[in-house]
Amino acid sequence: MQGYKQVHPVMVRMTHWVNVFAMLIMVTSGWRIYNASPIFDFKIPRDLTLGGWLGGALQWHFAAMWILVLNGLIYLGYGIISRHFKSNFLPLTPQAVLKEFANALRGRISHELGVYNAVQRAAYVGVIAVIVVLVLSGVAIWKPVQFQELAALMGGFNGARVVHFVAMALVVAFVAIHVFMVALVPRTLLPMFTGRASTTTHGV
Amino acid sequence: MTTRDKRGSLDRSLVAPTREIVKLERRLFLRQGLSLGALTMLSGCDVTDADSVQKVLWSLSRWNDRVQAAIFDPNKLAPTYPESAITTPFPFNAFYAESEAPHVETAGYKLELGGLIRDKTPWTLEKLYALPQISQITRHICVEGWSAIGKWTGANFKTFLEAVGADTTAKYVGFKCADDYYTSIDMQTALHPQTQLTFKIADQVLSASYGFPLKLRVPTKLGFKNPKHIVAIFVTNDNPGGYWEDQGYNWFSGS
Repeated sequence: MQGYKQVHPVMVRMTHWVNVFAMLIMVTSGWRIYNASPIFDFKIPRDLTLGGWLGGALQWHFAAMWILVLNGLIYLGYGIISRHFKSNFLPLTPQAVLKEFANALRGRISHELGVYNAVQRAAYVGVIAVIVVLVLSGVAIWKPVQFQELAALMGGFNGARVVHFVAMALVVAFVAIHVFMVALVPRTLLPMFTGRASTTTHGV
Repeated sequence: MTTRDKRGSLDRSLVAPTREIVKLERRLFLRQGLSLGALTMLSGCDVTDADSVQKVLWSLSRWNDRVQAAIFDPNKLAPTYPESAITTPFPFNAFYAESEAPHVETAGYKLELGGLIRDKTPWTLEKLYALPQISQITRHICVEGWSAIGKWTGANFKTFLEAVGADTTAKYVGFKCADDYYTSIDMQTALHPQTQLTFKIADQVLSASYGFPLKLRVPTKLGFKNPKHIVAIFVTNDNPGGYWEDQGYNWFSGS
């Protein structure tokens, strides 16, 4: 019988896609800013960067940061108030994550419609935490005098730059795996737009 | 909670990507490539298609000026460092090569004053050097992301502004430089206790590379808001902009 299940609340879908838009601008303009004075022994290929020049990249970065932060606050507020986090991300135990991860490596991924497995929970909670660090280190770099206590937590201005870069790299790595997983299980893509997943076509 | 597929059998697509998945991957990649390409085009040199985007970005930059002015704490001091932390040699920075730095002659140098200042009599170097001097060891942060710690010595800028009878209720202080550089800062920052009219770097009189005879040291702002080779200072209520600011760097650029 044909049936549908609501798997993604509209707030989650909206904030997800706004976040994709903001993050895409933040990362690609951030790469151009990085290139102006690389921390490490490499530059990001110019064609992947946004802004045309440092000044342009900074304008994009400091415009999109408002979208990223406001959208992020809406998402976090919603997640807490609606108990979305509690009901979707908890319980989360290291044992369950390890077990699930070992299974996944052997090709055995548990997938129940509308329920995140332990590895997914860990990945989503983890990437939220990393984005929080990404924003805080960005604030420390933006205002290393006004928010010098925050910068000091990260080893000062230069330390905050490294934290910011590493957090960016972790988000990019998350996105790569996230998109790869969607490519492996393509039927998960449409529900991120519609919110509904068919219960009949699920599985084999 | 861990759950297993109740059917017991594995979804084929989990282990063996099918042609469809490969196609989807390609589609996703293309879509992302397109959106990134579109964004890049919007920010490129050809602004005819992107005027509205540029306008949004510029107006958000003006909004960010206001946010930064609100965040700015006039009593919060930039961190200071011990002598051992000083970066040597201090990096040269300008919009031209070091060999092109202007050589300002001591003889005949006069600091011109303009705008909302009571006593606009130009100041000689001798008169400037007679101001009480203080030193600071602070971090110069470049908009590019690098930073360097230096020691600067000179007069408190607030003391100077009060000495010439500047209208400190005005909004901006503007600077014109011997190398045709120009910039401006907000009055709040001009009156900050660490904002300094600088004569020396590392206990030596500023060389041509570092802004002889006069630079403004503003440890609460990015490096390009620290003008060198200053020849004129004026107080105004109309934002004078700046060399980089007019090209797109954020005007307030507070740190």
